[in-house]
Amino acid sequence: MKVKVISRSEDEFTRERCQDLQKVFRNLDPKLHPLEKAHEYTRALNAVKLDKVFAKPFMGALSGHIDAVSAMAKNPRRLNCFISGSMDGEIKLWDVAYRRANQTLLGHKGAVRGLTISSDGERLLSCGDDCTVRIWSLPESGMGSSEANTTSPQKSIACHVGKNAFRAIDHQWTGSFFATAGAQVDIWDQNRSEPIDSFTWGSDTVISVRFNPAEPEIFSTSGSDRSIVLYDLRMGTPLRKLIMQTRTNAIAWNPREAFNFTCANEDCNCYSYDMRKLQSALCVHKDHVSAVMDVDFSPTGREFVTGSYDRTVRIFSYNGGHSREVYHTKRMQRVFCVKFSGDGTYVLSGSDDTNVRLWKAKAAEQLGVLLPREKRKHAYNNALTERYKHLPEILRIGRHRHLPKPVYKAAKLRRTVYDAEKKREDRKRAHSAPGSVPHPPLRKKRIVAELE
Amino acid sequence: MLHQSVATLEVHFPTVPLIQFPMDLHDKKLRGKLQYGEKLINQSAKAAAKFEQWLLPSEAGYLEPEGLEQTKNFSQEAIVSNVDISSARKAFDIQLPALGPYTLDFSPSGRYLVFGGRRGHLATIDWKSTHLVSELQVAETTRDVKFLHNELFFAAAQKKYVYIYDKKGTEIHCLKEHTFPLKLEFLPHHFLLVSVDKFGSLRYQDTSTGLMVAQHRTHLGRCSVLRMNPYNAVVGLGHNNGSVTMWSPNMSKPLVTLLCHHGPVTAVAFESQGQQMITAGMDGKVKVFDLRKYVALHAYFSKSPAKSLDISQQGLLAVGEGSNIEIWRDALTSKQYKPYMTHHLPKGWQISNLLFCPYEDTMGIGHSGGLSSILVPGSGEANFDTFVANPFETVKQRQEAEVHLLLDKLQPEMIALDPKQIGSIRREPKEHSQMKSQQALEANRAAAIMAGKLVVVRHKKKGRDKPTKRQKRKQNNIITAKRPLIEAQIHSKSSLKKAKISDQTLPLALRRFA
Repeated sequence: MKVKVISRSEDEFTRERCQDLQKVFRNLDPKLHPLEKAHEYTRALNAVKLDKVFAKPFMGALSGHIDAVSAMAKNPRRLNCFISGSMDGEIKLWDVAYRRANQTLLGHKGAVRGLTISSDGERLLSCGDDCTVRIWSLPESGMGSSEANTTSPQKSIACHVGKNAFRAIDHQWTGSFFATAGAQVDIWDQNRSEPIDSFTWGSDTVISVRFNPAEPEIFSTSGSDRSIVLYDLRMGTPLRKLIMQTRTNAIAWNPREAFNFTCANEDCNCYSYDMRKLQSALCVHKDHVSAVMDVDFSPTGREFVTGSYDRTVRIFSYNGGHSREVYHTKRMQRVFCVKFSGDGTYVLSGSDDTNVRLWKAKAAEQLGVLLPREKRKHAYNNALTERYKHLPEILRIGRHRHLPKPVYKAAKLRRTVYDAEKKREDRKRAHSAPGSVPHPPLRKKRIVAELE
Repeated sequence: MLHQSVATLEVHFPTVPLIQFPMDLHDKKLRGKLQYGEKLINQSAKAAAKFEQWLLPSEAGYLEPEGLEQTKNFSQEAIVSNVDISSARKAFDIQLPALGPYTLDFSPSGRYLVFGGRRGHLATIDWKSTHLVSELQVAETTRDVKFLHNELFFAAAQKKYVYIYDKKGTEIHCLKEHTFPLKLEFLPHHFLLVSVDKFGSLRYQDTSTGLMVAQHRTHLGRCSVLRMNPYNAVVGLGHNNGSVTMWSPNMSKPLVTLLCHHGPVTAVAFESQGQQMITAGMDGKVKVFDLRKYVALHAYFSKSPAKSLDISQQGLLAVGEGSNIEIWRDALTSKQYKPYMTHHLPKGWQISNLLFCPYEDTMGIGHSGGLSSILVPGSGEANFDTFVANPFETVKQRQEAEVHLLLDKLQPEMIALDPKQIGSIRREPKEHSQMKSQQALEANRAAAIMAGKLVVVRHKKKGRDKPTKRQKRKQNNIITAKRPLIEAQIHSKSSLKKAKISDQTLPLALRRFA
């Protein structure tokens, strides 16, 4: 007879000393883990509920301006270097970690309309309603500098005067040129006091300008004639012009797919375009209920943040039709400018109520140093919610957001208007000869013309 | 024991067939994602199977004959004398003849044992160290005992109500909704205590919140056979009319009714993978049912009606009748002709309850003379999962496990026959889709006829405009309108036929050229 029975000695299965870690044995045999799918679903439900519990995106307000914040800039070379300009001509350099202004730059007589930082991270360029472009040198600051340096106001190192008010400014991602927008588009060299080139197409004001992150010579502008124009510095004339039904307030290039850009439109939507195919938008991002004022891409290029006249900040996926997140507070007024932080963890918004607000990019994210166990847990929870996101309960909880009443009502009204319009069109189609009333796709609907 | 690990490899991780997603899944992105997901699942299953043989530390027990020996003839004394001392100590008898037939239950990790005598003697023991945890006399008929989610609490079905006691034997709850209970069951994943009573009522109570979840009347009279299917947490009841019914708290009617025996059902047991059910009846048969098709696979005869059945973690079947116990190996998948082991209690002791101990090679037997434990090599799972059931659990670990159990508690609504239903897509029934296509076909035909009728029949000269001819032309118009539809139908049929013919006539290798 050959016989063996299970016999476990306690020493092998328990720890020797109480300082040791407990021994862990796994057996992944599905026999020992019945009802695994139901358990996973329950865990996913708990995870999505916990996400809601921990969704506290508002980190704090950077207060100090005495007029509405009109422009913001982030330093491409440093994380904690963030600058905002206001309607009264003040420019403030913020220490985001300590949430206070390090410096105030005085010089502009009217509103600061545009701010940008040179590609080497050493110069700040600003333009405003006082028809000047000013160049400032940025202080060298190491990590965690907390010296508030408001006592000695710094003077601009150069001040170029133009004929008309400037509306926007942007610096090349690499190189020494920058562009200003106003009555026309001017190209400047940092070392010269006169623009080296200027572009015009039509007679309307150009309201925003943005350089391409990958091709330093290419940039795009949007104008008050509802146009989006693409330029190449190597050419004498603008490349292409797209006219939409409503005005585009701001443009942001996708830093990872640098041929795509997203524009914040007056008609509450954002439109993503491929610069090579302007006949139709890549994606229409809907959710705002009033004009979108500014847009900025996350450095990963997977998400972008928008600020709107409806007093909310929203975060969209680069290919998502609806927003992933909506941020609002009682005191936040019309949002004029938004920026993603350089590491993609935070979102900053500047609004009419003179405050710059700091938000988390992921509302429920745990900040600070995470233990490996915590990291694994978060990863597991994320995977679970991703897997079960289509189930009704999880979908409902995950999507639910509280909205201010006016925004909620406006969204409802927009929906009603949209439905009515659709119904009207359907009826028209039903009573017309087949094919005579086409179905224009939404991605093309708002495009009026494409000019070359 | 390489061959064993290879065997487990096959059993635990059947290679997941790569799902071929239909090409009509229009969303390319989704199709790609699904395919990628499938690939990952497949890879991880294979990797897990590959590493399992290195990571699982213990080997299962076995009992093998040498020469002309037969395992069924090995006596307990012989087995005990051939194993190590610590294992030999696991076979014992507790003689308590005065307090009547005993029922017993093991804690989920198999470390603790609770037993209850008919005449009210309740006790919990840490049976490996033979340490008596608590003992009490409730001075009332006790019909069943059951551990709740861990060894801290157990429930007893007493004369009138179900009572819950804690580890020290203090009565902490009297569940007055459960009147005259005969049998208890605990669903550990749902925290549901299930009882069935003298009048055939089935009751579900949530032990974490105390809520009464469901009360079902079976309308089938007194019922004292109750067992949970561990695969899907559906509860099976055996009735006096020979039927077995399966219940969930969500439906007041049984999910399944199976007529299993001529005469009352005496015991039911479920296989851990939920594929087979064993029933025993007063007709002296022990039957194996396939729970996927609900048909009887094969049947065994017992000398007298079997009183108790149990299936071990490794799939051994134990049948207790009178004072004899037979243990069968591979008895579920195919019909066996001799048992794996047999054991006889001293004459006069009647078995009331037998239960394999989880994660151990022993079996507990409750009988009229007290309590016995025998060694059954190869019955228990050798490798435990610390996070599922840990026989060497410390207090801290137990507390943490309790919290996790509560966090992962399943809602009673999730109990269904197919536990994999959750999170999967419910396909449109075939009848629906067929009906739809039929309706579409008819609508098309009607539209074609209408179109044919609407064609203006012109006036013709020279006697060709007679009413009969006009009628004929009208008919022709309809036929021409219907023609394309009919042609398409004929074409699809003939192409199907052709494909079939070519499939059958050509050899496999040449079919792709056809």
